[in-house]
Amino acid sequence: MNTHLLSLLGGRLLVALFTLFVVSFVVFGATQILPGDVAEVLLGQAATPEAVAGLRSAMHLDDPAILRFFYWLGGLATGDLGTSYANNMPIAQLIGGRLKSSLQLAAATALFSVPIALALGITSAMLRGTLYDRAVTTATITVISVPEFMVATAGVLIFAVWLKWLPSLSIARNVDSFGELIRIYAMPVFTLSFVISAQMIRMTRAAVVEALNTPYVEMARLKGASRTRIVLRHALPNALGPIVNAVALSLSYLLGGVIIVETIFNYPGIAKLMVDAVSTRDLPLIQSCAMIFCFVYLLLITTADIIAILSNPKLR
Amino acid sequence: MAIDVSPTFKPRLPGYRFNLTGWASLAVVVAWAAVAILAPYLTPHGVGDIVDLDYFGPMSAEFPLGTDYLGRDMLSRILFGARYTVGISLAATLIACTTGVTLGMAAAVSGGWFDAALSRFLDALNSIPSKLFGLVVVAGVGSSIPVLILTLAIIYTPGSYRFARALAVNVNTMDFVTVARIRGERLGYLIGSEILPNIIGPVFADVGIRFVFIVLLLSGLSFLGLGVQPPEADWGALVRENIGGLPFGAPAVMAPSFAIASLTIAVNLLIDNLPQKIRDRSA
Repeated sequence: MNTHLLSLLGGRLLVALFTLFVVSFVVFGATQILPGDVAEVLLGQAATPEAVAGLRSAMHLDDPAILRFFYWLGGLATGDLGTSYANNMPIAQLIGGRLKSSLQLAAATALFSVPIALALGITSAMLRGTLYDRAVTTATITVISVPEFMVATAGVLIFAVWLKWLPSLSIARNVDSFGELIRIYAMPVFTLSFVISAQMIRMTRAAVVEALNTPYVEMARLKGASRTRIVLRHALPNALGPIVNAVALSLSYLLGGVIIVETIFNYPGIAKLMVDAVSTRDLPLIQSCAMIFCFVYLLLITTADIIAILSNPKLR
Repeated sequence: MAIDVSPTFKPRLPGYRFNLTGWASLAVVVAWAAVAILAPYLTPHGVGDIVDLDYFGPMSAEFPLGTDYLGRDMLSRILFGARYTVGISLAATLIACTTGVTLGMAAAVSGGWFDAALSRFLDALNSIPSKLFGLVVVAGVGSSIPVLILTLAIIYTPGSYRFARALAVNVNTMDFVTVARIRGERLGYLIGSEILPNIIGPVFADVGIRFVFIVLLLSGLSFLGLGVQPPEADWGALVRENIGGLPFGAPAVMAPSFAIASLTIAVNLLIDNLPQKIRDRSA
């Protein structure tokens, strides 16, 4: 660890913090554009002017927007997410359980897709130019070019409607056995894995191909090392940084996919909560969900950047 | 361009050849564009007319793609949906790329605080997940076609900016730009006549890629019910309104998805197979 590396990492973290600030500004601003009095909406048509005025001052609605922004930001920082308009519950309480479900879904997807994607990416780089490689490459480009809901509907059509192996759109709440659990998670996890694996396979393949094109790999080949040994012993350790970077970046695609997947499979996660909040225009809930999403996203891409910096031997 | 070491051995007009995949994908793209323009003349049935007594009808001679959840002809609805999907995406792409490329070139030429501030801000904007950005705006402003176009344009401006700026920075160090600057040319001339002609090829390829992203995001938003609103329907909205036919394996569910896939895959393939001369024309 030298000072140059430390300053690079520190700079990256500062950029992330600044980005989070801009993001919160945009999220707050976008939900404040529309004119309309929240207090009147909340109290309904029968409200007296005094009641509306009271609520307005209690909610700081009379303050300028920039002040309200900082009240809101301060609340976020101290864990006070505010109250939902739709059912008057504290947002922290609404989100808590949902966030856990979403994280479970994400963890299951990562556990399932990362090993498969890495194996496919590395093997297709090893067998570059073969029919196998072309098949994998074409398949990944196809998956990237189609919308997530198409992967989901096609999956339901094949596995639930035609083959009848899995339950289709709705998720049963009572889980009796491990088998039942697998059956419930299968479709959402399968769909999400498809979406993020495509990116991961492409990036892994590119990283390994680049490592295989180096002089030291050619040297290993000349001295007669087997193909497996060349890849595992010579190329992979050097491609590890870019590969881990690719994994972190691909996991950030989970966020886009999870919005579609939770909606289509009726999965009780935070993305479904947010989509529902958009249809009821529950602004505080939307803001909190959006900030959680952006925070996780930034966390993943910053981690990816930091791994890329740390894995570059020129910088150590 | 490192691979292209022997241009002299190629037949005449080197690099302008267009391969079979390129032609095929170009044909698909042109066909969808024609459908979007000519939709009212092509539809066999009225878009909103209930023509089948049965709903989620199967494919038949009269209804080639079956019927939807109300018994409307699916082929007509998809042909008409092309207007919304292609039209909105194209408008958003043009706004995003014009803004992004202009700002990118201006930042590269001007440098200094303008470049630094703009780059920081747009990078920050870029780190909001795109679907989430769409959700937040629709929640705040409500969904209408102008709002959709603008939102999609704002979401994809930073990427276009970053791409154009990276290309323009390279051109900006060339002698002819220095000469033009010393000659006292203004910013508008520098970016329009010195930089742009030298990055136009890659910029076109980038426009295509961004168009694909925008089609996918628009379809995703419409699928969530937050994009194009009924009674109008783009391809994403068509999937949403017919999702109830999924348990019956109705063609109405998959057909709009295939329309989206055919367009996005064709554009991707077209860009991958563009003649070298066009794709790599930089400096």
